[in-house]
Amino acid sequence: MNNITEVKGRSLWSDARRRFFQNKAAVAGLIALTTIVLISFIGPYFAVWSNEEIDWDVMGSAATLGMPSFESGHYFGTDDLGRDLYSRVLQGTRVSLMVGVIGAGISVLVGTIYGTVAGYVGGRTDQIMMRTVDILMSIPFMFVIILLLVVFGRSIGMLFLGIGLLSWLDMSRIVRGQTLSLKNKEFVEAARATGVSTPTIIMRHIIPNLLGIVAIYATLLVPAMILTESFISFLGLGVQEPLTSWGALISEGAGTIRYDTEWQLIAPLIFFVITLFSFFFIGDGLRDALDPKDR
Amino acid sequence: MLKYSFSRVLVAIPTLLILIIISFLLMHAAPGGPFTSERPLPPQVLANIQAKYGLDDPLYVQLWEYLKGIIFHFDFGPSFQRKDLTVNEIIAQGFPITLTYGGLSFIVATLIGGTLGIVAAIRQNTIIDYFAVGISIGAQVLPNFVMAPLLVWLFTLGLGWLPGGGWNGGAWPNLIMPVIALSTSYMASIARITRSSMLEVLNSNYIRTARAKGLPERTVILRHALKPSLVPLISYLGVAFVGMITGSVVIDIYFSTGGMGVAFVNSALNRDYSVMMGITILIGALTIVFALLADLLYAWVDPKIRY
Repeated sequence: MNNITEVKGRSLWSDARRRFFQNKAAVAGLIALTTIVLISFIGPYFAVWSNEEIDWDVMGSAATLGMPSFESGHYFGTDDLGRDLYSRVLQGTRVSLMVGVIGAGISVLVGTIYGTVAGYVGGRTDQIMMRTVDILMSIPFMFVIILLLVVFGRSIGMLFLGIGLLSWLDMSRIVRGQTLSLKNKEFVEAARATGVSTPTIIMRHIIPNLLGIVAIYATLLVPAMILTESFISFLGLGVQEPLTSWGALISEGAGTIRYDTEWQLIAPLIFFVITLFSFFFIGDGLRDALDPKDR
Repeated sequence: MLKYSFSRVLVAIPTLLILIIISFLLMHAAPGGPFTSERPLPPQVLANIQAKYGLDDPLYVQLWEYLKGIIFHFDFGPSFQRKDLTVNEIIAQGFPITLTYGGLSFIVATLIGGTLGIVAAIRQNTIIDYFAVGISIGAQVLPNFVMAPLLVWLFTLGLGWLPGGGWNGGAWPNLIMPVIALSTSYMASIARITRSSMLEVLNSNYIRTARAKGLPERTVILRHALKPSLVPLISYLGVAFVGMITGSVVIDIYFSTGGMGVAFVNSALNRDYSVMMGITILIGALTIVFALLADLLYAWVDPKIRY
C-alpha cells in the first residue's frame, strides 16, 4: 500500500513549459536572445572606447584604418567619424530592445484593458469602442509618427508615445474576441450569480484566462516595434546622437557601403537579424505551448 | 451586400476626416510658424504674409478653408519651404514613380508569394515545402531597409550588374533592386498565409469528396481548392499595399528614385508642414480606399462573411 505514489497534478502552465522546452527552435531563440541582452549590458565593461569618443587617428580614413581588430580596441571597427562601433552597437542594442519591450508593454496594458472592457460590457459600448479602433487602424501610422516626431521634436519620449499609440490596436481586437468567448462560460456565470462585481470579474476571472494569448501576441509585437523604430531611425528621424539604435546604425552602414566599409553595416545587422529571429521563434514556441488546439 | 457596402463607406468618410483633422492640429501645435526664420522678419511684414496665407484667422476658419480646398478642389495649398511650388505639384512629381515601382512590387509579391505558398502546401513536407518555408522565415527579418543596402552590396558593388540608384525614366535595370527590396518581406508573409490556408482547404471534407469521386489531382486543386484558399489573402493585400507605399520612403532615399517618399522625408527634415500633411492625407486616403476595397471583395468572395 505504501508504494502507491501520489499522482502529481499538472497545471496548464507546467504543461506549457514542458512543451515550450521541447521546441528546439524556441529554446535556441531564447538562448540567443538572452545572450544578446547579456552582451548589451555586460559588454560595455570590456570596451576600450566609449560610444562618444572619437579616435582621431582613424577619422577620415575609416576604410583603411577602421577595420575590426583587437589591437586597436575597435572590436567591430569604427564608423566614418572614428567612433567605436562595438560600443555603439551595444548602445543601439539597448535602445532598440527597450523600444521593443516598452512598445509591447504599452500594448499589453492598454490593449488588454480596452479589449476586455469592450468585450465584457458589450452592446453599444462595444460597438463604439471597436469602431474607434477600426478608424484608428486605417490611419497610416508610420506617417503620423513621423509627423509627431517632427512637430514636437525628436526625442525618445515622443518615439515611445508614437509607437505606443499604434501598438495597442491589434491587441485590443484579439483580447476582445477572446473575452467574448470567455464571458459566456459557466465560471463567469457562477461568479455573476454569486454577486461578484463587474470589475472584480474582469480582474479575477477574465484577465487571468487571457494571459496565454496576450503573452504570445506580445512576444510577436516586440519585433514589430523594433522594426517600426528601425524604420524611423533609418530615415534619420528617430533617436538622436549620441544615442543610436539598430535602424540608425544600419542606415549609417548602408550609406557608407560604397566606401568598402562593410563591417559598419554587418555588425548592427547581425544583432538585428538574430534578435528578430529569436523573437519570432519564441513567439511560435509560445503559441504551440500555450494553445495546444492550434497545433 | 449593398447595405454592408454602404455602411462600410460611411465609416471610411469620418476616418479620412479624422486623419485630416489630426494632421492639421498637429501642424498647428508645432512651435514656430512656417515663416519663422533665423533672421526675424519685421512684425509688419510677418503680419502681411500671414494675412496672405490666412494664418491670422481663427483656427476653425483655417481648418474649414483647408478642408474646403481638399474636398472641392483637391488642393493641398502652397509649400511653405519651396515657395515656387504647390503641394499638388510636389506630389505630382513623385507619385507616378512611387506608384510604378510600388505597383510592380505588389504584383511581384502577390504572384511569387502566392505561387510559393500553394506549391509548398501541395507538396507538404517535401524539399520544396522546406525551401519555401525557409525562405519565408528568412525573409521576414529582411525588411526593405535591410534588403536595399544588401542588394546594392551584391549587385552593384560586388557583381557590377545593376546601377546603384537613379530612376532613368523607369528603365528596368533601375527597377529591379527597388522592386526586390520592397517586395521581399511581403512576399514572405503572402507565402505563409497562402500555404496555411491551402493546407486547411486541402484537409477539408469537400476536397476528400472530390478526390473520392476520382477527379484528377489537377482538377481538385485548380477547380476546387484554389479559390477558397485565396480568400484569407484578400484581407492581407490591403496591408501589404500600404506597407509598400510606406516602404517607398526607404526606397526613394536609398536608391534616389525620386518618388514621393523623398519629398516626404525632405519635408519632414525641413519642417515643410503643408507638404507633409498633403502626403500623409493622400496616403491615408489610399489606405482607407484599399482597406474598403479589400473588405468589400472579401464579403463578395466569401458568402459566409456578413458583418
